[in-house]
Amino acid sequence: MLAIENVDCYYGDFQALRDVTMEIREGQIVALLGPNAAGKSTTLTAISGVIKYPSGRITFEGYDLTHVKPEKIVAMGIAHVPEGRRLFNTLTVKENLELGAYPKHARARVSDTLEQVYALFPVLQERTNQQAGSLSGGEQQMCAIARGLMAQPRLLMIDEMSLGLSPILVKQMFDMIRRIAESGVTILLVEQQVHHTMEVADYTYIMEKGHIMLSGPTQEIAGHAHVKKAYLGM
Amino acid sequence: MDLYIQVLVSGLLLGGVYALISVGLNLIFGVVRIINFAHGEMVMIAMYLTFWLHHFSKLDPYVSAIVIMPVMFIFGIVFQRIVVQPILATSATMKIFATVGVSLLLQNLALIAWKGDFRTVQTSYSMSSLEVFDIIVSIPRLVAFSAALLSIIVLYYFLKYTYVGKALRAIVEDHAVARLMGVNVEKHYILAFGMGTMFTALGGVLLMPFSSVYPTVGVTFTLLAFVVVVLGGLGSMSGTFFAGLFIGVVESIGGTFVSPALKEAIYFAIFVLVLLVRPQGLFGKGKGSEEVGLK
Repeated sequence: MLAIENVDCYYGDFQALRDVTMEIREGQIVALLGPNAAGKSTTLTAISGVIKYPSGRITFEGYDLTHVKPEKIVAMGIAHVPEGRRLFNTLTVKENLELGAYPKHARARVSDTLEQVYALFPVLQERTNQQAGSLSGGEQQMCAIARGLMAQPRLLMIDEMSLGLSPILVKQMFDMIRRIAESGVTILLVEQQVHHTMEVADYTYIMEKGHIMLSGPTQEIAGHAHVKKAYLGM
Repeated sequence: MDLYIQVLVSGLLLGGVYALISVGLNLIFGVVRIINFAHGEMVMIAMYLTFWLHHFSKLDPYVSAIVIMPVMFIFGIVFQRIVVQPILATSATMKIFATVGVSLLLQNLALIAWKGDFRTVQTSYSMSSLEVFDIIVSIPRLVAFSAALLSIIVLYYFLKYTYVGKALRAIVEDHAVARLMGVNVEKHYILAFGMGTMFTALGGVLLMPFSSVYPTVGVTFTLLAFVVVVLGGLGSMSGTFFAGLFIGVVESIGGTFVSPALKEAIYFAIFVLVLLVRPQGLFGKGKGSEEVGLK
């Protein structure tokens, strides 16, 4: 579905991504794990077209995304839920969700999608006319994911969903991810919350210092000595 | 007592037009994040257009708004494309230099073309007024206030309920995420500049029946509009409206009871005091003041 081939990426002189190659298959939950500043978020921003990469290429269902603008990439079916929620705080929950459905094909069906999203996150319906900035941390994260779903994506990328949430909420969010995946949306999770992520992910990539260190079906990766020691604390 | 009410009413009526001019700046400043020091020159050009349309074709100032608003919409777009777009990614100082440069250029072009004379439009209603309970209400000022209020309400509903309006508000908050949502940010920059210039120009047209135009008339409007926007809060149309009225009343009171020469000094003093106590502005959400370096 999505293929990243030999992508390099720089912030000035600093090389954030080194020869990154990944493949995301339709219908899977794929995890991208790694320590802080490993290049995980950079990978997502490269996919969504926000930052440019001088070499390598990214294709989505065969289409080359290299020179495509971010607003076109969303319209093609890739939604990016950014790190730190980044809701439009002074806008209401409903307005945030409506903006998620900005691409033409999504806007045409905004009321249907809104109903589906409210069914998935009932608390957002209760808060529909509240300013997004007044929501609790967990509700804000739900709103951010819901806003991503409003674009009717086929690939949903979520950056650090569990950051700053209580353990109970984190568990709920991962259950939610499973439900979203079951509804047919392919998911790319960037996480530091290794245990939960590995429970839901079909396939896992481990990224360190801008490079993919390891990749494979999650069960294989979980058995790997380096992962056991550095990530699972075993 | 009557004097106080009279001063208050005059201040409110004038404040309505200030609010409209500032609403235009708020759109531009909030969405495009540029400190446009040529904002007052948009008012100046609109006032001259009103004057010349009346001079040559006897067009009533209010009717001329129908022509001037679309012309200034296009002027705003051209200004955005030629002056603003190339320097969007540069530092705030660069933007100040560029727009101050345009401001001086427009003032001096106006001086060359139209001389330094104060020009006024004489209409049948320029001097007419209503008397309500011994309070004199000037008709053109009342018309200006009403039209300004109506325009701000229209703009408020546009921003509140249309998809484009929501996208503009989203850009005010976080243009990077708005882009992730699929919003073509550059297109909205152009639209915001066009609309902002258009509403500002309408303010200039509405002022014309009771004030005069000269090449440097815009200077006071630029500073005034920044004060109003920062007091009212970036992205808040209602905040800008009330801040506009507030400044109008302050100016009216200061001009009457202190000294007409000091009226601007008074509202700048209040502005500084407000920012010392509430850096986010009277109704602000904490953004405008830091943008102009006051925080």
